[in-house]
Amino acid sequence: MPVEASIAAPDGLHTFPRLLFHHARVRGDAPAMREKDLGIWQTWTWAEVADRVRALACGLAALGFRRGDNLAVIGDNRPHLYMMMTAVQCLGGVPVPLYQDAVATEMLFVLQDAGIRFAMVEDQEQVDKLLEVRDQLPLLEHIVYDDPRGMRHYNQPFLHDIHELMEMGRIHDRNHPDFLDTQVEQGHYDDVSVMLYTSGTTGKPKGVCQTHAAFIAAAQGGIEVDHMTPDGDILSYLPMAWVGDHLFSFAQAMVAGFTINCPESGDTVMTDLREIGPTYYFAPPRVFEGLLTQVMIRMEDAGAIKRRLFHYFMAVAKRCGAEILDGKPVPLTDRLLYGLGNFLVYGPLRNVLGLSRVRVAYTAGAAIGPDLFRFYRSIGINLKQFYGQTETCAYVCLQPDGEIKLDSVGRPGPGVEIRIADNGEVLVKGPMLLKGYYKRPDATAESIDGDGFFMTGDAGFIDEDGHLKIIDRAKDVGKLSNGAMFAPNYIENKLKFFQHIKEAVCFGHDRDRVCAFLNIDMGAVGNWAERRGIAYSGYTDLAGKPEVRDLILACVNEVNAALANDAMVADSQIHRFLVLHKELDPDDDELTRTRKVRRNFVAEKYAVLIDALYTGKDSQFIETEVKFEDGRRGKVAANLRIVDARTFPAVKKAA
Amino acid sequence: MNMKLETLVIDPPAPTRKIGGVILDLQNISLRFGGVKALTDISFDIREHEIRAIIGPNGAGKSSMLNVINGVYHPQEGRIVFRGQERRQMEPHMAATQGIARTFQNIALFKGMTVLDNIMTGRITKMKSTFVEHALWFGRARQEELAHRRKAEEVIDFLEIQHIRKTPVGRLPYGLQKRVELGRALAAEPSMLLLDEPMAGMNVEEKQDMCRFILDVNDQFGTTIVLIEHDMGVVMDISDRVVVLDYGKKIGDGVPDEVKNNEEVIKAYLGAGH
Repeated sequence: MPVEASIAAPDGLHTFPRLLFHHARVRGDAPAMREKDLGIWQTWTWAEVADRVRALACGLAALGFRRGDNLAVIGDNRPHLYMMMTAVQCLGGVPVPLYQDAVATEMLFVLQDAGIRFAMVEDQEQVDKLLEVRDQLPLLEHIVYDDPRGMRHYNQPFLHDIHELMEMGRIHDRNHPDFLDTQVEQGHYDDVSVMLYTSGTTGKPKGVCQTHAAFIAAAQGGIEVDHMTPDGDILSYLPMAWVGDHLFSFAQAMVAGFTINCPESGDTVMTDLREIGPTYYFAPPRVFEGLLTQVMIRMEDAGAIKRRLFHYFMAVAKRCGAEILDGKPVPLTDRLLYGLGNFLVYGPLRNVLGLSRVRVAYTAGAAIGPDLFRFYRSIGINLKQFYGQTETCAYVCLQPDGEIKLDSVGRPGPGVEIRIADNGEVLVKGPMLLKGYYKRPDATAESIDGDGFFMTGDAGFIDEDGHLKIIDRAKDVGKLSNGAMFAPNYIENKLKFFQHIKEAVCFGHDRDRVCAFLNIDMGAVGNWAERRGIAYSGYTDLAGKPEVRDLILACVNEVNAALANDAMVADSQIHRFLVLHKELDPDDDELTRTRKVRRNFVAEKYAVLIDALYTGKDSQFIETEVKFEDGRRGKVAANLRIVDARTFPAVKKAA
Repeated sequence: MNMKLETLVIDPPAPTRKIGGVILDLQNISLRFGGVKALTDISFDIREHEIRAIIGPNGAGKSSMLNVINGVYHPQEGRIVFRGQERRQMEPHMAATQGIARTFQNIALFKGMTVLDNIMTGRITKMKSTFVEHALWFGRARQEELAHRRKAEEVIDFLEIQHIRKTPVGRLPYGLQKRVELGRALAAEPSMLLLDEPMAGMNVEEKQDMCRFILDVNDQFGTTIVLIEHDMGVVMDISDRVVVLDYGKKIGDGVPDEVKNNEEVIKAYLGAGH
């Protein structure tokens, strides 16, 4: 890939080892890494980290590590594991982080594929895994471990305590004082800096080779968008094998010079979060959801005054909090009330969440609910979304401050070029693209088109503000009979954000319009019915109530209104729908065990309902066999009413 | 995780466990409560660094035996020789200062205190500074507190309970409370650890964890372990030697395999004429 464009780094700081030694010179006493050990946060300065990296690199060289060798890194986020990555890069080798919770047999493929000769592991558990499959890894020569606990009875000569390795390295360094500097000098920005394996949900995992230049460019782009400074702190707790962690905790920390903080253990992350108070934070949506649930539960237990205070000010925040954060105009009274609320409620709340110092928080990986997203933004936490992949260093689009939209992933980052293919697939070009898949030129060629664009496999479109919206996996996207794009997941996710709708299945491929099956959420709708005094006997009965149909209709109409706003998906408005008489269930094979809808199976099973939807009938009788939890079978029958939803004319903007 | 590790290793890194000589010799012990004979003429010994199990049906006198070792009960007859010295009348706290720590059949922790505070109580016998010094946070009290806190943290690290460090013990599930109790005993850096049914009421996974910790304690710190346990699988797996009591009498003593095949033991457990 062409990379020269991005190499604007001063003083030739275009590899990670050079960056490290640069930081050690200019901010040697500033904290580079922290780790909680025996209940106390221990700090390593940049100078200390550089010293250790030097010792580690020389130690590896003494063990026979050669330029171009791959080294596996397996373990939780530990400072020594991060240091080892840089040490490997010093010697022109490639670190290959693996998911630490995988069992040995799952690791085997990557270890063999990458031809691992050296492994850096966290502890006895990981050593045991490697020993378990060692006879199938003829190339594996040395294993270095960080935590010596439980290792006293292991006397295999190929096992090395990391301190022993550093000692070896220091001796090597004394005997060959120029060795390491020469090695670092030989490093080139177009060398592969890390190899990250794709998860391999489709076929075997592939090793994605990223260069120093790619990751440095991606890091610089993010730093520029979010104005990151060396005085920041990040809590590094997501798997080191995940591209996001490598970007945030390794590449950006190295480029910007901020501090990475490693939690004590996986179970203590929330406590450590409060103690560190990071300025930069990433979490998948479920973590934010869990935090919010905890807060809400504890507020229910609080005294009456506190509770009322909380609910009052949360209402204020809901009204104007997100706007204030975005710098939009807000009435003076609201602004004053928000200020008071900030003092009494939001500030303390942010503190309890461990997010008082957060300047930027990111979420990605799954769709985040609008209420959840708004909640965090309204209490003054700058929560944003980004989009990227392993092949693009997790860097394609970012939401810039002040331009936050719930359903977009933001604008292309600096240096990134985006194009939408005819089939809706998002194509990406920029300095952060992969150099290639390891030993898979065929796969590399397949994924990059003639113009040098990487094919993401995601379908999306650019909206009128220039933001990218991701709607579905490209292979799931169909077409309506008039040729418009039909992205079922996109519509279904919009529907499922309503608390009353649990599951949705949309149909429309090769048809003239979109119709949907919906499942109500028994808990939420049951509660809603109770409060209104609507009597019902069970799921089927409740789902068939006219009031419930109206409730769901309101939701569908809202979705349609939102869809009409985007020319690309305006044709996908839901014309007719019905509320299913039974919950879609994995026991009946309608959902997978991970609760994803098996679209084709459902379409076949309920073909008669789909016919009714498209032939314009008002109602349809159906009888379905169900499996109960104890294995017995029964039948559920109902006469389902079909509802016509309101559709809106597409809002066309000059494109 | 760095140079601190050299000091982290708790106490001298014991060489790979080697069972040593007798450290506690119980000779002809008899214990009565009024007319009730709890223990009758029992003799056995405990060797350094071994895991010694005491088993027997309910009411066999196992806990009484532990209480005798611990100095809570004073047998009417018999001699107790600890590290070559015959033991006179003693109080339980003297056992603690001699390096004997224990856990209880029913958890005996301070429910309202945090895990850390509970473990710190295990260090009490080692604290030298006075009440006034502590109250004023003055002089050696500060140094001492820091040193003890460090030991407590090492125990927390060892037992992998960092995430509940600041949680009140009463809010923890049973299995974890048991682990905390072991932690408090370990905080005293005992040379001998008495465990009274450490695995009672645990599920399989919790039992496995506990077994691993017991073996690790024994292996890493060379601690001698005396164990009462009902789970025969566990006992036979982890013990070096087993002594069997029934109705206050010793009916078997030896390595697990010997005990398993001992007629009297089988009879006591399964009933006569099985």
